[in-house]
Order: sequence, then C-alpha cells, then structure tokens
Amino acid sequence: MSARQVGQPPEKHKLIASRVNRLSPSGIRKFFDLLASMEGVISLGVGEPDYATPWHISEAAVRSLEKGYTMYTSNSGMPELRQETARYLKEKYGIDYDPAGEILITVGVSEALDLAMRAILDPGDEVIMPDPHYVAYDSCVILAGGEPVMVPTRQESGFEVDAADIEARITAKTKAILLGYPANPTGAVMGREKLLAIAEVARRHGLLVISDEIYARLVYGVEHTCYAGLPGVKDSTILLGGFSKAYAMTGWRVGYALAPREIIAAMTKIHQYTIMSAPTMAQVAAIEALKTGEADVQEMVEDYNRRRLVIVKGLCEIGLSCFEPRGAFYAFPSIAATGLTSEEFSEKLLLEEKVAVVPGSAFGGCGEGYVRCCYATSLAEIEEALNRMGRFVSRHRRK
Amino acid sequence: MLKDILKILEDDARTTGKQIATMTGMPVAEVNKLIKQAEKDRIILKYQALVNWDRIEDEQVWALIEVKVTPEPEAGFDAIAERIAQFNQVRSLYLASGTYDLLLIVVGRSEHTVADFVSQNLAHIGGVQGTVTHFVLKRYKYDGEMLAAGEGVKRQPVIL
Repeated sequence: MSARQVGQPPEKHKLIASRVNRLSPSGIRKFFDLLASMEGVISLGVGEPDYATPWHISEAAVRSLEKGYTMYTSNSGMPELRQETARYLKEKYGIDYDPAGEILITVGVSEALDLAMRAILDPGDEVIMPDPHYVAYDSCVILAGGEPVMVPTRQESGFEVDAADIEARITAKTKAILLGYPANPTGAVMGREKLLAIAEVARRHGLLVISDEIYARLVYGVEHTCYAGLPGVKDSTILLGGFSKAYAMTGWRVGYALAPREIIAAMTKIHQYTIMSAPTMAQVAAIEALKTGEADVQEMVEDYNRRRLVIVKGLCEIGLSCFEPRGAFYAFPSIAATGLTSEEFSEKLLLEEKVAVVPGSAFGGCGEGYVRCCYATSLAEIEEALNRMGRFVSRHRRK
Repeated sequence: MLKDILKILEDDARTTGKQIATMTGMPVAEVNKLIKQAEKDRIILKYQALVNWDRIEDEQVWALIEVKVTPEPEAGFDAIAERIAQFNQVRSLYLASGTYDLLLIVVGRSEHTVADFVSQNLAHIGGVQGTVTHFVLKRYKYDGEMLAAGEGVKRQPVIL
C-alpha cells in the first residue's frame, strides 16, 4: 500500500497556493450554509437589486441572439458600447475618455478590479483602502501579489475615509489607493472636498487611485462626485463602473474600466489572455441600457430611497443606531446595544428570528460591531424583518 | 410632494399615512391632509384591489367594443360618451384616434349579456353609427401586473 491511500485526497491546503490560502473568509461560509438549509428566511443579506432587468434591455439581447450575435467581440469590447460609455460619462460627469484606447469592457467590475490590480502591482506593492470595504478589495490585491493596507473609517464620520489617515499609511512600497464610494457595505458617500484632499495626497506621493463607482447612480439627496472628474487626476486614475446595480443587471456580468492608455493596454493584455471578451449579448444589453435606460434608473432610485428611509428609521427605533447612508442600498447599523459580536448577532438572528443580515466583520476589522442590511427587498419584507429584529434586540439588550 | 404620495398609493393603496410619512420625510399630519384633499378633489378616486378573476371559478366575459359615432353639433363626442359611460357594464371608456371614435371595455356574465348590451343598449343610442365587438380570449397583463403565475426567480440568499 502506498503512503497515501488511493482515492483519498492529499491535505488540501498543501496543494493550494499560499496566496489563496491566505484569503479570508471563511468563518462566514458556515453562516451561508446554515442559511441555505433554512426555510422562511427574510434575507437582508443580498447585494443586488430586487428588480429584474428592465425588459427593453433584455429584449435587445434576445434580438441580438436571434440575429446571430453569438461570436466574440473585440477584446476591448464592442466599439458602440465603448462609445456609449464615453458619451454617458461625459454627459454625467463631464469627463473625456477615448473609446479607442482608454476604455475596456469587462466581465463586471469584479474582473475590472482584478485586472487593475494585476496590471499595476509588483510583489509587495501596497494598496491603501478603507476598512470596512467590499470583500474583493483586499483579496484582489493579495491575489495580484500586493499587500492591502487598511485605513479605519468610523460611523462618527459617516464611514468616509480621511486623506490624512491615508497619508499616514503611505510607505515607499505604496502603489495605489483603492476607493469604493458609494460604499458596500456602509452606504457611505464621499463628498467632493474630501475626495479633493485625497487627490492632493495621491498627487504629492505619485500614487494611482482606483475608484470603484459601481454604485454611482444609487445616491439619495446628494450628488455623486466622480473621482476621475476631479481636476488633474485623470492621468493617475483607474475608474471602474458597470451596469449591475443601476440597471438591475447583475447576472449579465458586464462592466468597464477607464484609465490612461498604457494602463488600459496592460489590463487589455491580461483580459485578452484570461477572458477574451465580455459576453456579447450582455454587451448588447448594456448598449441598450445606456441609450434608453435612464428613466428606469430614476424610477428604481426613487423606490430604493423610500425603502432606505423606512429601514433607517426602523433600525434606529429598535435601538440599532444607524448613520444615514446616502448611497448604494445598504444600511449599516451598530449592534452595540446588544453586546454581541457581529457574527454572533447574525447567527442568532438567523436562528431565532429567521432574518439574514451580513456580519460587518466580513468586510474588515472596522466592520465589527455592525451588520449590513440590504434594503433592496420589498417594503413588506423590510417591515417584517424590522419587527423580528425589534423582538430580537429587546431580548438581547446588553444588561 | 403630492405626486410622491400618489405614486406610493398607486403602487399599494394600503400604505398608511405613517408609512408614507417615513418614506417621503414629510410629517404624518401633512401626508394625511394631502390625501384627504386629493380624495376631495377626485384625484384619488377610490382604493381597490387588483383581482385576478381567472384564478377563481367565476364566469366573466370581457369585450373591447369599438364604437363609431356621429358627434353632436354642440357637445361633440362628450354627450354621447358620457351617456354610454352610465351603463354599469362599461368598465372603461376612451375617446380614441383612428378608424373608430370610442373604445369601451365591457364586462359581462356571459357572451350573451355582452351581446345583449350591444344590440339592445348601445345600438339604440342616437348617434351610434356602428360597433365592432372583440371578445377577450385571454388576459395576459392587467394594470401593469402579469396574470400568469411566474416561476418567481429566486435570488441567492446572501451576496457580499
């Protein structure tokens, strides 16, 4: 008999690259598995719109299939989609990008983020990012051989990241600053002044800024400031965006990166070898979204806003203090009133009241003490979830 | 602001004044006052449930009836339209451009009752030149709602 029995896999972690072994979570996996096995759960744990894609957008894709648009597109993406993306960003934020050379169509922002990191990072390069932050940010940096460096953000300052706090963490190895506002998981929006201060820090230290603006259209009562539109930053900015959140197109997997020519060329190289091109029918749908989807966006935003007001008020009323999120579709209440950790809170809430929220700790150390509640679900469900959470909090109030 | 309230109520007539106040950021008293006024001004006509009668055993026949009329010298189409609208069977009535003038949606217990309405009531009204009746074979969408039970696409319960 050989040392290793036939059919028995070797120790898994030894086969896996150390970079990958290093990736968090997966304390949270257990929680997901538990959730998947339960019935009658109201989930505030979702990170996508509860709308189906507006039909005229889907219809454009259906027509494209009927006409036989089933081949690869150009690696950079369909020229018309790049043109429409440039036009859209020019109209919205007054920024100029050349559809030939400064825009790459990707498989969602997820791919764009990965490409950006792989294109710019050498081993050991540091990327500064706010904590808490979207789960892929630190992972993508690690996978690209870099080191994520966290800047704590706090509820008291609306989870905005401060330029001085960023500057304090800059070392000789710092390559870039990664921003994601409006933010998942906090719903925070960055004001123009604060972004200008960060731009100044980036300029002084010669750093790139990667700005993930996938939630740009989901802001309430405030204007979104596009980082790339700030004066003088375009040459050192990688702007990421997409269609998933604004047009309810998560499943289509289509997004974009805009950056100076040499960076887009580098990202396109990786994209060409790993992806080829974003799905053709999804690109067709994205063109339709940019051309005729504006009314849909506005209607959905109005609707999210109503639910936002309901959930924020409701959370505060049941004793979970919640700063007012001005973007995305998340509320990020503090659970300090209960004295539970965010994982304990989420697990007990699920088991006792069948409401799913995401522990804030999944998004970084500074997310501990908070939970993420997505309000992209029906008002009736939000209200029922609030009832159940109210009962839960009064049972678990810190003595 | 009244528009915001109306949109919310049009989507769900059971939304309370208190809920609307939260959703719009207006004081409850103000919301209730605006609703009362809108009712008085016949901006809000009534609060009703959207019923899918196809789901219960209930014989109901729907017909779209095109009516060609001779407009009256003084009142134009209004006098005759308002007269036709008085019939309980007439669910909706529109003046339309095109090859006919009035479009009626008529609901009856059977094809006979609808036929009776056309031949005995509608045809006798002065000014009605002719009618074309289309019986509805199947309703797919009504007032913005799909009538067939969709599969209900399920989202993943947690997405980070």
